[in-house]
Amino acid sequence: MSQVKSIAGRGIPLTGNDIDTDRIIPARFLRCVTFDGLGAQVFADDRAQTQGQHAFDQPQYQGATLLVVNRNFGCGSSREHAPQAIAKWGIKALIGESFAEIFFGNCVAMGVPCVTAAPADVQRLQSWLTELPQDPIKLDLEALEVYFGHNAAPVFMSEGVRNMFLNGTWDACGQLVAQIEQVRQTANRLPYVSWGQSASM
Amino acid sequence: MSQGTLFDKVWDVHTVGTLPSGQTQLFIGLHLIHEVTSPQAFAMLRDRGLKVMFPERTVATADHIVPTENQARPFADVLAEEMMQAIEKNCKDNGITFHNIGSGNQGVVHVIAPEQGLTQPGMTIACGDSHTSTHGAFGAIAFGIGTSQVRDILASQTLALSKLKVRKIEVNGKLPKGVYAKDVILHVIRTLGVTGGVGYAYEFAGTTFEQMSMEERMTVCNMAIEGGARCGYVNPDAVTFEYLKGRDFAPKGTDWDKAVSWWQSLSSDANAQYDDVVIFDAAEIAPTVTWGITPGQGIGVNQQVPTTDSMPEGDRVLAEEAYRYMDLAPGQAIAGTKIDVCFIGSCTNGRISDLREAAKVAQGRQVAEGVKAFVVPGSERVKQQAEAEGLDKIFEAAGFEWREAGCSMCLAMNPDKLQGRQISASSSNRNFKGRQGSSSGRTLLMSPAMVAAAAVQGSVSDVRELL
Ligand code: SF4
Repeated sequence: MSQVKSIAGRGIPLTGNDIDTDRIIPARFLRCVTFDGLGAQVFADDRAQTQGQHAFDQPQYQGATLLVVNRNFGCGSSREHAPQAIAKWGIKALIGESFAEIFFGNCVAMGVPCVTAAPADVQRLQSWLTELPQDPIKLDLEALEVYFGHNAAPVFMSEGVRNMFLNGTWDACGQLVAQIEQVRQTANRLPYVSWGQSASM
Repeated sequence: MSQGTLFDKVWDVHTVGTLPSGQTQLFIGLHLIHEVTSPQAFAMLRDRGLKVMFPERTVATADHIVPTENQARPFADVLAEEMMQAIEKNCKDNGITFHNIGSGNQGVVHVIAPEQGLTQPGMTIACGDSHTSTHGAFGAIAFGIGTSQVRDILASQTLALSKLKVRKIEVNGKLPKGVYAKDVILHVIRTLGVTGGVGYAYEFAGTTFEQMSMEERMTVCNMAIEGGARCGYVNPDAVTFEYLKGRDFAPKGTDWDKAVSWWQSLSSDANAQYDDVVIFDAAEIAPTVTWGITPGQGIGVNQQVPTTDSMPEGDRVLAEEAYRYMDLAPGQAIAGTKIDVCFIGSCTNGRISDLREAAKVAQGRQVAEGVKAFVVPGSERVKQQAEAEGLDKIFEAAGFEWREAGCSMCLAMNPDKLQGRQISASSSNRNFKGRQGSSSGRTLLMSPAMVAAAAVQGSVSDVRELL
């Protein structure tokens, strides 16, 4: 399991509030049994409509690894296809005014940190990336700062989640499976487990 | 911090322990899976050499990709067929019950679990689908998860979660005629916003919800997620127990009595503490229609599309985008907006009571010229029940198409799609851009009775005038 302490690279600004998962990856691309092909399809409809003007199509942002977004990013469906598509395109971390909860949780489970920042700072960072798309920026999870040029802005992430990234424990699966005895004890405590209403009846 | 609420009690009894991250390891009593978000989870499990820990606590069906006209296998869509085969194989290999098409038990995952009595009070329920909040209608804590979490449940029957805050949403009074559960939740979301519930579980309380049937409560909880709340619930009561009694997986005999007293003990205490309380008056709720591109952009059917100066500054950019996309002008009345397609169905409003209400409006009337209208039962059982009551005949006589069970045009991962700029009146739950299968298609959310009214009038209409 890998620790995630900082992500440096070029940034890509994507403005707009309430960008939902149907826009991030339209449902027709969910007809798949693996996540592999999703990178090319990210924002497919928005990109088609803006005819090359979408940030994900603009030449200056190709190869960017940090996505900077506004309010309530990733709202809508629980499809992990959305963060998977973003990650498969090359994004390693997101900075935004706020994130929808399920989207945020999916990102954590994939090892992709989402940090929030004050709206004014997000907008400042977005304008900076618009003017200087080639300059690398850095998200530092230890210092909880994002650095761009000679600027720095504070970012936020709950202590528990931040520790998962810093300690490399963001992938919960192994820890959950390790507690299997306690899981069985909890199950045995729950009256309904023995009522015989389970699916195998 | 909330205390003494159903959410707190259910959370506590399902807590396995605290993880190093500070998150809770929570036992999941019922895990529901479908064909879209599960194949990658099974693949992840195989990659790690893990097996399904409690196969009897996971139940599967297929809903999102299934065609609603011709369900013969193999499906015409090869990708859909591949997904169907994947879930069949994954369930078979892992000993998981799969309610396949034609079994009599297939349907939208959030319709079949309640109707079979799998969904029960006091449970924790998870599914790789955001509308899992539906099951909260029974007093369960139920939420949507991503695919990595589907993997976690398959592997351990648990999830790593942080506890939510609890907001009580109290609605009191009798709903006016022509105002339905769908209008209540659209009204709540319109008032509190699509992000208002982030970080919260919504407890729906008050006399309005107490008077609702289970199916109406499901409609409300279903859309809690559209208000940003990860889950929504109603405390279990006599209505809940009455609904559950005798269903396939409901406890039987002496177990039943034990179950009822356990369920009652989990209800929120009279002196429970909430993180927040919001109170509404049912009399103020009108038949509600969305005009924009989020479920929060709703208005009463007799209102006008709002102007930007009437809304908070933070909402204006999105409103401008919505005017353009929907081709609706601020100040314009929503009633009278011409409709191309009418869709009745989905896990929000595809249950028998929804079809009955829509049929009352359709009966003896005709779908307007040029409008395509279709009804998609939420499950095979709903379809069968509707046919036994003759609802299919009422719809067909009125010019509606009568289909097989599935998600259909709620998200259009199947052949049911809007074309081009078509505008739909839809009983589903999301009006996002492109949601119904056309990247420029438009959706107006409303109750099933309002959809039926739109179908027969050819435009958005006040259903109260047709009742
Ligand atoms: S009916 Fe719609 S919201 Fe419900 S599960 Fe199917 S696609 Fe999701």
